[in-house]
Amino acid sequence: MDKPSDIAAAISALRAILPEQGLLVSEEETRPYECDGLTAYRQLPLMVALPETEDQVVAVLKLCQEMHLPVVARGAGTGLSGGATPVAEGLVLSLAKFMRILEIDPVARTARVQPGVRNLAISEAAARHGLYYAPDPSSQIACTIGGNVAENSGGVHCLKYGLTVHNVLRLKVALMDGEVVEIGGTALDAPGYDLLALMIGSEGMLGIVLEATVKLTPRPQLAQVVMASFSDVVAAGNAVASIIAAGIIPAGLEMMDKAATAAVEDFVHAGYDLSAAAILLAESDGTPEEVAEEIAAMRSLLEASGATDIRVSANEAERLRFWAGRKAAFPAVGRITPDYLCMDGTIPRRRVAEMLTRISEFSKTYGLRCANVFHAGDGNLHPLIMFDANVPGETERATAFGASILELSVEMGGTISGEHGVGIEKVNQMCVQFSSAELALFHAVKAAFDPRKLLNPGKAVPTPRRCSEYRLTGTPGTKT
Amino acid sequence: MNAVIAGFAERVRQAAAQKRPLRLKGGGSKDFYGGPLAGEILDTRAYAGIVSYDPTELVVTARAGTPLRELETLLAGQGQMLAFEPPHFGDGATVGGVVASGLSGPRRATSGSVRDFVLGVKLMDGRGEVLNFGGQVMKNVAGYDVSRLIAGSLGTLGLILEVSLKVLPRPAAELTLRLETPQVNALEWMNSWAGQPLPISATSWQDDLLTLRLSGARAAVAAAREHLGGELVADGPNFWQELREQRTGFFKTGSTLWPLWRLSLPSVTPPLPGSQLIEWGGSLRWVKSGEAKLAAETVSAGGHAALFRGSEEARSAGVFQALPPTLMSLHRKLKNAFDPAGIFNPGRLAQGL
Repeated sequence: MDKPSDIAAAISALRAILPEQGLLVSEEETRPYECDGLTAYRQLPLMVALPETEDQVVAVLKLCQEMHLPVVARGAGTGLSGGATPVAEGLVLSLAKFMRILEIDPVARTARVQPGVRNLAISEAAARHGLYYAPDPSSQIACTIGGNVAENSGGVHCLKYGLTVHNVLRLKVALMDGEVVEIGGTALDAPGYDLLALMIGSEGMLGIVLEATVKLTPRPQLAQVVMASFSDVVAAGNAVASIIAAGIIPAGLEMMDKAATAAVEDFVHAGYDLSAAAILLAESDGTPEEVAEEIAAMRSLLEASGATDIRVSANEAERLRFWAGRKAAFPAVGRITPDYLCMDGTIPRRRVAEMLTRISEFSKTYGLRCANVFHAGDGNLHPLIMFDANVPGETERATAFGASILELSVEMGGTISGEHGVGIEKVNQMCVQFSSAELALFHAVKAAFDPRKLLNPGKAVPTPRRCSEYRLTGTPGTKT
Repeated sequence: MNAVIAGFAERVRQAAAQKRPLRLKGGGSKDFYGGPLAGEILDTRAYAGIVSYDPTELVVTARAGTPLRELETLLAGQGQMLAFEPPHFGDGATVGGVVASGLSGPRRATSGSVRDFVLGVKLMDGRGEVLNFGGQVMKNVAGYDVSRLIAGSLGTLGLILEVSLKVLPRPAAELTLRLETPQVNALEWMNSWAGQPLPISATSWQDDLLTLRLSGARAAVAAAREHLGGELVADGPNFWQELREQRTGFFKTGSTLWPLWRLSLPSVTPPLPGSQLIEWGGSLRWVKSGEAKLAAETVSAGGHAALFRGSEEARSAGVFQALPPTLMSLHRKLKNAFDPAGIFNPGRLAQGL
């Protein structure tokens, strides 16, 4: 697709398929699509398609397949790993027009929605039935269900309520060759391989979601949160382990270090303890009796673990205020630094304190500040590395800092990504986490769905060549 | 490489070179399930034992040949459990077989299925390569989710060597209630309750008797009992275990166990004809007949029918519903990616896989 005549032919064929103004080609029009939430990586696509019907999506895919035009699917563009970063010689397929909630079945407790429906919109639509969609990524006001499926998004409540993979029942998917398949179903299991599990978290590499049926969960009668301060992170880590050991699965279990607390307090004024080395938020939900029982149990465990201060939310307003800072941690850090990189490694919970110690050493080595917020209940860390892209060398140092954290996560028996996806950002670290044979199998899985490798090329799974160069020199080859 | 694994690899490579099928087998407790058995037996029990378990991490890693009983005893000792309550169907059930069969027990509708709790697998593919997918952490989105794909694949994609499973604390309180009501009411109630924040962890209906299990915090269980009414069942744990293992009257009547059909349906599907046992809030219905009409009704309700137990002859005709051509083609390509010589459990999941 590099000859101007080919590009012109593609444009005219796409114009014939898409509605008026459904194809953007000028730089002015495509500029807003040059990056997703990972703004450090930017690339103008050849064009952006905005189909409005499933038939149009299928026709676009068939044409791209025929013309060997790479396709990058995009929802709201809130992803943090560059999964929706365009490719220069390809098309961005925006699902933004697919915003309809097709059906809410309060008896079966399901919602059937188009891929561009926002995560929070599902819960809002289900609220009058006392139901909601459980996964709640911090971007839930904006992020779409199609993107959630692509990334297997989590959220602060997934320790108890699961990730996207646990809450999606059925998908209608268009494959790259234009075939449409239905996988999963509203029955609890389907014959054959669990393609639903394979599709969820596949980062737009296997197919395009046209429709999703998701599970709705009854809204608990009451939720209450305990906020505890600790004078060191090791004690806070031990408190988390003691809660789990006591047989409690909190609805949310989150931690922030001192740097993160300072940044968010300045932003949301929630009344956080600024003297604490770490703050732990532990939520309980259920019937009022159940919550009272669990909160009392957690309170005494936190006290026994050496909490220096404990506060329990007295009402819903206070609960939301306690959470506000945690949910706004990324933008809060964004206010105190020109740029930041958000990491997403997951490690066994028992190694959290050790990891935090190593991160503070890295911080000195690379000469960059780092604030830590994390899902303490499941060991998923989000270190926020602060830097200034306008200072020569800082971007490179921040990237190297991030790579060190990810590679240490693998070394500790964890993973480079818990919920944000590999995308373009962590593709080199895949070479550290997986062997050549494992990566080869990923490529074979990809080939079963998309043999011409046109869907989201260059993301998530590195080529053997890229890995051999990365393993050899620590830097990827320029051409993959 | 571990000597047992090296031995497995040698056998897999030989079988692949000669295109001779291998029948992957643990305790053989689920030999009745799926298509007909074929190939030379590769016994996974040579590779057994718990690899790691830290209760505060909520994760256990075990080798495939580990007896399920051993794993459950270990977890119970720490007040934890496999929340999907896998059926054993015999003394010899192994951890590998639990994952390969993908079968879950009474808690499935509320807690999730086997695949929901699989965090990682160590797998030997059809080339004899040892591959690791997923891991021992709760959240992991690096690479395609191959470990969950393996759950329920009936050994057709590879030889499971080790699995990491998420475990949960046992509920602080549990009790079983029974109410008398016809099927149509039972289905309506089960669906309505599932839409409310009630601590129901299992349901079952047969012969106008609806049995419910409540599990959770003491206060929540007590409040729900008050709200739901019904009679307290004295031997609750035994009832659910016997049901899970299919040793109750429904499964025993007559001179023979089969044919037994397993209908997986949307929970709101209205009553279907014939004598039935219902589980999972209406999503799972067991029928003791092989009527083609019933299978057709199941499909039109958006579900699928599987011959759960049947004669060799009936099983050869295919026990699971046929997949649409495009999906079947994807399945063949995936099978080929994992097992290019087609040696692992051929025909167990579907003809041609």
